[in-house]
Amino acid sequence: MDAASLPAALELTAGGGAGLSPEKRAVLGSSLLLLQRDYRFDRVWFWGCIQGVRGTYYIAEGLGPDRAAPRSRLYSLNCVEWSLLPPVTKEMITQAEQLTGRFQGDPSFAYEFTEINAEDAEKLIEGDKETSIKEEVRLVATIEQIDRAVGIIPRGAFVKTPLGSVHENRNFEGLSFAEAKKLSSYFHFTEPVNLKNKTLLEKANLDPSTDFLDSLEHDVPQGSWTVQLEKGGTVVVLRSLLWLGLTFYHVPMTKQYGYIYFGNGEKNLDLPFML
Amino acid sequence: FFFTFKMAFKVGFFLIIVEDVGETSLPNVMETAFYFEQAGIGLSKDESYHIFLALKKLISVQPVPQTCRFWGKILGLEMNYIIAEVQYDEGAEEEETEEEEAIEEEGMTEFEDEEEEKEKDEPPKSTYKPPPTIPKEENGTGANKYVYFVCNEPGNPWVKLPPVTPAQIVCARKIKKFFTGRLDAPIVSFPPFPGNEANYLRAQIARISAGTQISPIGFYHFSEEEGDEDEEGGRDTYEENPDYEPIPVAEMVDSLSSWVHHVQSILTQGRCVWLNPLQKSEEEEVEEEDEENADEPDDVQQEIGPPLLTPLSEDEGIQNIPAWTGQTSTNLIPEYAVAVLQSNRWPGAYAFASGKKFDNIYFGWGHKYSPENHNPTLPPPVQAEYVSGPEIMETSDPTLEEELAFKAAQEAALSAAEEEEKEESEDDEEEDEDY
Repeated sequence: MDAASLPAALELTAGGGAGLSPEKRAVLGSSLLLLQRDYRFDRVWFWGCIQGVRGTYYIAEGLGPDRAAPRSRLYSLNCVEWSLLPPVTKEMITQAEQLTGRFQGDPSFAYEFTEINAEDAEKLIEGDKETSIKEEVRLVATIEQIDRAVGIIPRGAFVKTPLGSVHENRNFEGLSFAEAKKLSSYFHFTEPVNLKNKTLLEKANLDPSTDFLDSLEHDVPQGSWTVQLEKGGTVVVLRSLLWLGLTFYHVPMTKQYGYIYFGNGEKNLDLPFML
Repeated sequence: FFFTFKMAFKVGFFLIIVEDVGETSLPNVMETAFYFEQAGIGLSKDESYHIFLALKKLISVQPVPQTCRFWGKILGLEMNYIIAEVQYDEGAEEEETEEEEAIEEEGMTEFEDEEEEKEKDEPPKSTYKPPPTIPKEENGTGANKYVYFVCNEPGNPWVKLPPVTPAQIVCARKIKKFFTGRLDAPIVSFPPFPGNEANYLRAQIARISAGTQISPIGFYHFSEEEGDEDEEGGRDTYEENPDYEPIPVAEMVDSLSSWVHHVQSILTQGRCVWLNPLQKSEEEEVEEEDEENADEPDDVQQEIGPPLLTPLSEDEGIQNIPAWTGQTSTNLIPEYAVAVLQSNRWPGAYAFASGKKFDNIYFGWGHKYSPENHNPTLPPPVQAEYVSGPEIMETSDPTLEEELAFKAAQEAALSAAEEEEKEESEDDEEEDEDY
């Protein structure tokens, strides 16, 4: 969520019991500003935190002029000193997907695992190939996975210009109350996957400037989001069941929206059994 | 003299304010929320205050509970549960227990009817005997020590949760389902859960409480009156230690042995106090003596859990993850830091301690952490086919020749019997061998 609206946003997403201590709020209030200045970001989002067994990673994201472009990600253990994370690669994600269990809270912690790839199948016969990856790599891969799977925005909050870059929609005045309760009014803020597969008939009513992303409606498995109205029906809160800990809020008829993640960085693979 | 004066001054300030209003069981939700907020845990201020008012409403209805506490919040798919933990004086709940007994009696009479029917000539009944059901613990003891009230939003009427039965706890350990937020929602699971969502919620609350309700060591102690009289099953009551000296925060965070569980752990059986399932009350013994078979095992291993007030250092971690993670709320101002413990077995369970104050709280989805994926129990193997033996084989119809031969044999036998007895048997055999 936008760093500027952090204090108000934390109050609205606190329904799940997770938040930041007054000390961390105060520190973030100043360190994110410095971050924006030093790295020359257009905008800084406070992404959330991933709790390890011995420490917690606080994550911030920096955005350039094109909001849909890959973002710079930074982490910190104390909210004061921020370190830039390496850009994510496909290989990192496949490696990190094989890791399970809690984060340790130490970026240099090395996970050792046996890599199983089709290419390495021959080598496996000779002997198991032990690979080790650092927790830092796992961290960046996990953030990317979460952003891709459950990083969401309300429909119309961003527009795509004819040149292809994505900007905030200055005319966005929030969803109406009726729309805000529907999953179809929220979009995954990432490269669309299902949009290309839609039929012409389905695409007919889409506005290319706003409807350039996948909506949450057809997320697999069905029912992987909870939509609740809080504070007397004035705030819509979406919680992901696939990545427990991700909370999205939107105040209908206003520009206030955002998501934040407070969790242990593990995907809820048991979801199909739990619904 | 000086020491006691200092103590009294320290403790007294808060008490004076409270005593003006009279004895109250209303917890100071806002104060607890403040301490948890120091560690970044807790609901928004508005919601905390709403819960505060809701608890005030809860304790204003009769019967007035002895203690009351904000237990936590469990998130659900449609609505969330706000949970209050309440303890009544002994005897305050008699009415309800009577009702339950009445229901149980009805169950008994039905059973007797069935037995009468058995005496008539009825088709054979299944010989399967269900394993003995383990009775639930009495209200005010063990897993049912506290009564829980829930509501979906502060201000809604509080709904009392039914007492938990061992069968529900045993089954709740095997399943993992999201709560919907409706207490009457059915639980569709395998193994089938005995009850609806209210029972599942109550079972999870009992499990979470048993695993994560902790207090600084020395805050509670066993009352001296009881002594060592009842060693069996361990002591189940404790009282506040008036001489409790606060432990420094650094020590509370570093060593888990400075925290103890103050809720009895639940045994595999689903009860806190072990009960022999084969032991019968005297009446039952008389009735069942005739039917009693020898195939039941006489002796069941008694399950022993850790005694009350066991330090956390005894807790088992999950694989290489320790059971608890401790931290101070701040490193910058150690003078006013609060020690906060977070459970890794039950993500969302927290405890804080600062001076003489401590509390436990739970915010989460109500599920235990498991490093492996959830493995639903497989259905039991299919029942084996009846062993095919001669008694169930279909006999082939005799052919015409066989019938004729049999007739001839019978006639021959008759005639032989008339004539001489000695030759009879030999003739028959010969004839048999012919076909």
